[in-house]
Amino acid sequence: MQQDRIRNFSIIAHIDHGKSTLADRILELTETVSGREMREQLLDSMDLERERGITIKAQAVRVTWKGHQLNLIDTPGHVDFTYEVSRSLQACEGAVLVVDAAQGVEAQTVANAYLAIENDLELLPVVNKIDLPQADPDKAAKELADLIGGDPRDVLRVSAKTGDGVDEILDAVIKRIPAPAGNADAPPRALIFDSSYDQYRGVVAFVRAVDGVFETRERLLAMAQGTRFEAEELGFFSPTMRAADTLVAGEVGYVITGLKDVSRLRVGDTLTSVGRPASEPLPGYKDVKPMVFAGLFPTDSDDYPDLRDALERLKLNDAALVYEPETSQALGFGFRCGFLGLLHMEIVRERLEREFDLDLLVTAPNVAYRVRTTDGAEVEVHNPAEMPAEIEQVDEPYIRASVIVPKEYVGPVMELCTERRGRFDHMEYLSEDRVVLIYELPLAEVVVDYYDQLKSRTRGYASFDYDIIGFREGDLVRLDVLIAGESVDALSLILHRGSAYGRGRALVDKLREEIPRQLFDVPVQAAIGSRVIARETIKAKRKDVLAKCYGGDITRKRKLLEKQKAGKKRMKQVGAVEVPQEAFLAVLNLDEGR
Amino acid sequence: MVGVRHLYVHLPFCAHRCGYCDFVTIVGRAGEHGRYVDALAVELDLERQSLSPCLDTVFLGGGTPTFTEPGALRRVLRLVPPADELTVEANPETVTPELAQLLREEGVMRVSLGAQSFRPHLLAILERAAGPDDVRRAFYHLRDAGFDNISLDLIYGIPGQSPADLQADIDEALALGPEHLSCYELEAKRGTRFTHAHGVELERQAEALEGYFEAVVDRLIAAGYRWYETANFCRAPSADGGRDLRSRHNLAYWLGRDYLGVGIGAVSTVRGRRWRNTPRLPVYLKALGRGDRPPREVEELAADVRRRERLILGLRLDEPFEVEEAAGAIDLAALARLERLGLVVRPSTRAGDALSLTRRGRLLGGGVTAELLA
Repeated sequence: MQQDRIRNFSIIAHIDHGKSTLADRILELTETVSGREMREQLLDSMDLERERGITIKAQAVRVTWKGHQLNLIDTPGHVDFTYEVSRSLQACEGAVLVVDAAQGVEAQTVANAYLAIENDLELLPVVNKIDLPQADPDKAAKELADLIGGDPRDVLRVSAKTGDGVDEILDAVIKRIPAPAGNADAPPRALIFDSSYDQYRGVVAFVRAVDGVFETRERLLAMAQGTRFEAEELGFFSPTMRAADTLVAGEVGYVITGLKDVSRLRVGDTLTSVGRPASEPLPGYKDVKPMVFAGLFPTDSDDYPDLRDALERLKLNDAALVYEPETSQALGFGFRCGFLGLLHMEIVRERLEREFDLDLLVTAPNVAYRVRTTDGAEVEVHNPAEMPAEIEQVDEPYIRASVIVPKEYVGPVMELCTERRGRFDHMEYLSEDRVVLIYELPLAEVVVDYYDQLKSRTRGYASFDYDIIGFREGDLVRLDVLIAGESVDALSLILHRGSAYGRGRALVDKLREEIPRQLFDVPVQAAIGSRVIARETIKAKRKDVLAKCYGGDITRKRKLLEKQKAGKKRMKQVGAVEVPQEAFLAVLNLDEGR
Repeated sequence: MVGVRHLYVHLPFCAHRCGYCDFVTIVGRAGEHGRYVDALAVELDLERQSLSPCLDTVFLGGGTPTFTEPGALRRVLRLVPPADELTVEANPETVTPELAQLLREEGVMRVSLGAQSFRPHLLAILERAAGPDDVRRAFYHLRDAGFDNISLDLIYGIPGQSPADLQADIDEALALGPEHLSCYELEAKRGTRFTHAHGVELERQAEALEGYFEAVVDRLIAAGYRWYETANFCRAPSADGGRDLRSRHNLAYWLGRDYLGVGIGAVSTVRGRRWRNTPRLPVYLKALGRGDRPPREVEELAADVRRRERLILGLRLDEPFEVEEAAGAIDLAALARLERLGLVVRPSTRAGDALSLTRRGRLLGGGVTAELLA
C-alpha cells in the first residue's frame, strides 16, 4: 500500500470512557467483522487460535475505509505502562482522544493527551456516550477543547454504543491525520511497540515499519539490545492473524521471531535487517527499570517452588517484571520483585494468586533508592535490608502527579499531597468546577495507600496519574524493628526522617498487640541505626500451667502440650521469640490503616 | 509378673452437676447405686488377676463418692483390696458424723474434701450446694471421727473473685490446718454451661487472675506447706512429725506408674496401654450384668509417647526429673534456652543428669514443658 493511503492511529481514553466499544464499532463499520456475527466470530477465532496454540491478542488491527488502510493500535491502559503507551503512540501519526460526555476530562485523559502531544500526534477529540441521559456533551467538548487548545466545534460527538457518528470519526482520521512519512527506499527500520509471548511460536513483536521493506525469512536485528533472529512470519491482524510477505514503510504488523524470552526483545527497540542494516536506530529507546519493589513470600513455605514456577511463567510475557530469590529470617524463602509501579505490582500479585492459586505474603512496597556511601561508592538499593550503614546521600524517585477533582476537593487533595512531602507545582481549571492539580511527590509516598486516601478524601471523585521525573535527594533513614534485640529483616523500612517516629511507634504498638506473651519479657524496639525511637515491652506471662492432671486426663493434657509445641514450631523464630506469621501480616498491613 | 499397685474407683453419682464440672457424673438414678456397685464388683473380679494382692493406694473419686447411698458405699469400701493409702473424695454437704464414722470404720485413711471456696457468692457461681459453714462443719466431723490426713480442694480464678476474696479463702483454709491442699485454677472448658454463662467475665478478668496462682503458692509456702506438685501442697514433714503427706495415689500418676481404674469413664494405664471405660451408665451396667468387660476406648502408648508423658508429668513435681527417663523427648536447644532464661536448672543427682524447674519455671510449667518437648 502506498504510504499516502495509510493512516495509523490509537484511541486514547480514561478507563470506562468507551475505548473498546468504539474499537468494536469501527471493526463492524469497516466490515472487518460483521456486526451480528462479531462477538461470535471473534470468539470462534479465539477458539481456533487456541486450538492452534496461539494466544496472541491483537495489539493492532488493520481495517479498510474508503480505499485507505487504517491501522488501529491498542495502548496499554495504565500509568505504570507510560513508556509502553508512549511507544504505541510513537507508532501512530494521530490519536482519537475520547471523553465520556457525562464524566468529562479525567486524569488519564490529561496524561494521555500530553503524551500524544509530546509524540507530535494529531489529536481528534471525541465526546462519546452522547446517548446517556446525564450526558453533557457541550461541557465535555469545552473541557476537551481547552485541554488540547482547540475549538469545541471541532469536537466530534458520538455514541459508540449506538454507532451514531462513528463514520465521521473514520472520515476525520483520513482527512485530519497525516499519512506516514518514512522513506520506503531506505534500509528497513521498524519500531517495536509491544510484544507478546506464545508458547508455540515464541516472542511475537508488534512493529511499525518506518522505513524500507521487511521480508519474511529475513535475518533481523534489534539494534539497542543486539538480538538477532529470523523473521519466521510477517503479517497483520484483521482481526485475526494474516501472514504477509512483506511489511513496508508506514505499515503496522507483527513479526514472529521464534525467540523464547520476551526480555530479549524490548519495547522501544528498533528492528532492522542484518543484511541491509540501518545506520541509526529510531529515537526514544529507554531501558525501562522497575521502580517499586516488594518481597513476595508464600504463606506456606512448601509453595516456594510453585511461586518460582509461576514467576517464571509470568516473566515470559512481562519483560518489565524482575525478581530474584530473597531469604528472610522472618518470612522464609521468597522473591524480591521489581515492578514498574503500583498497578503493575497489583496485576502481578493478582495473577499469581488467581491464575496460579498461590497464597502470598507481600511485604510493604518500597521504591528504588540510589545511595552514595561515605566511601564514595554508588549503589542502587531495592530492599531496605540492603541499605548500607554509612550513607552520604540517598536519592529517591520523584513523580509528577496530576490529580483532577471537582474544585470543592482541592483543599483535601492539597492536604494529602503536603502530608506526603509533595511540592505544589500548579493548578489549572479544566472547567468552571473541575481542577487539575500538579504536584511533585516522592514515589515512595505514593506507593503506599496514596490512591485509596485520595479516593476517600474526595468521595471517589479524584482521578490520578503520574510520570516518573527523576531522582532527588531525600532526608531518608532506615528504620529497623528489633524484637528482643534482634533486628527483623522483613520489617525494615526506608522512610523520610520526618515520619520515622510515628511509623516506628505504630509498628511497635502493633507488634506488642500481635506477639503473644512469652516466658520472658520481650522488648520491641524501633530504631534508626543504634538510636531507639520507640519501645514497648511485651511482659512475660506470670503463669502458664495446666491446672490439674490426674490419671483420667493424661492423654488430653499430653495432646494439649504437643499441640502447643507444634504451634510453636509453626511460628517464626526471631532469636528466642516465637512470632506468629499473623503478627508479620498485621504489621505489613499497617499501611492500609495509616 | 508384678501386679498393678494403684486402683482408682469411680463413683459417678451427684446430687447436682456443677456448671464447671466436666467429669463423668450421673445426676438422679438414686435407685441405681446398688446396681452400679454390683457392676463394680464384677469389674474388679475381672481385673483381679492384674492387680497386686496388696495395693499401695486406692482412690475413690467421682462424682461425689460420699453421695453414694451409704450401704452401697460401704460395699465398695469392702470390695477393694487392702491398701497402704485409701482416699475418698467427699463433698462437704454429704459429710455427717455418721458418714465420717462409716469411712473410718471401713479403713479410709485420707479424705479429700471439695471445699472449693469459703465465699458464699463464689460458691453460688460454682453452683456448689455447700455453704462456708458446711465446709467447716464437714472438716470438724472428719477430725472428730479421727481423720489425721485431710485434703481440701480450693478453686481460684472464679468469675468475680477479687484478690481479697482469694486471700480470705486461703485464710479460711489455713485456719482449718489441713494436711494437704489442692488448689486449682478454674478451667472454663469450651462448650460447658459454665463457660457459656461466665466466659465473657473470665476473659475480662484474665489479666488480674494471672497473679492468683503466684499468690496461692506464696501464701501456702509461707504457711509451711510444700509445693510438691503444680497444683498440690502438703504440710512439710518438719511441720508434721516427719510424715510424708503427699498424695501417694496421685504421685503414682505423676511418676508414671501403672494404675487400674474401674467404673464408668475410668481410665487405666497398664504396661504401655491405656484404656477408658465407657462413660455411659446403661452400657456399663449391661456389659457387666453379662459378666463382660465394659466397652473401652484403647490407646497404645508408643515408647516415645511414654517418654513424653514422663517429662510432662515429671516436671509437675518439685523433685528433680531424671533426664534419662525422657531420653530423646527433650529438645536440647530449648533446654539450653530455658536454662539461660532461669526457668530450668540442672542439679546433679546420684542417678546422673536431672532437670528442675525454678520457682518461676514452675509458675510457667506448661509453657516450659511445651518448649522442652522435642
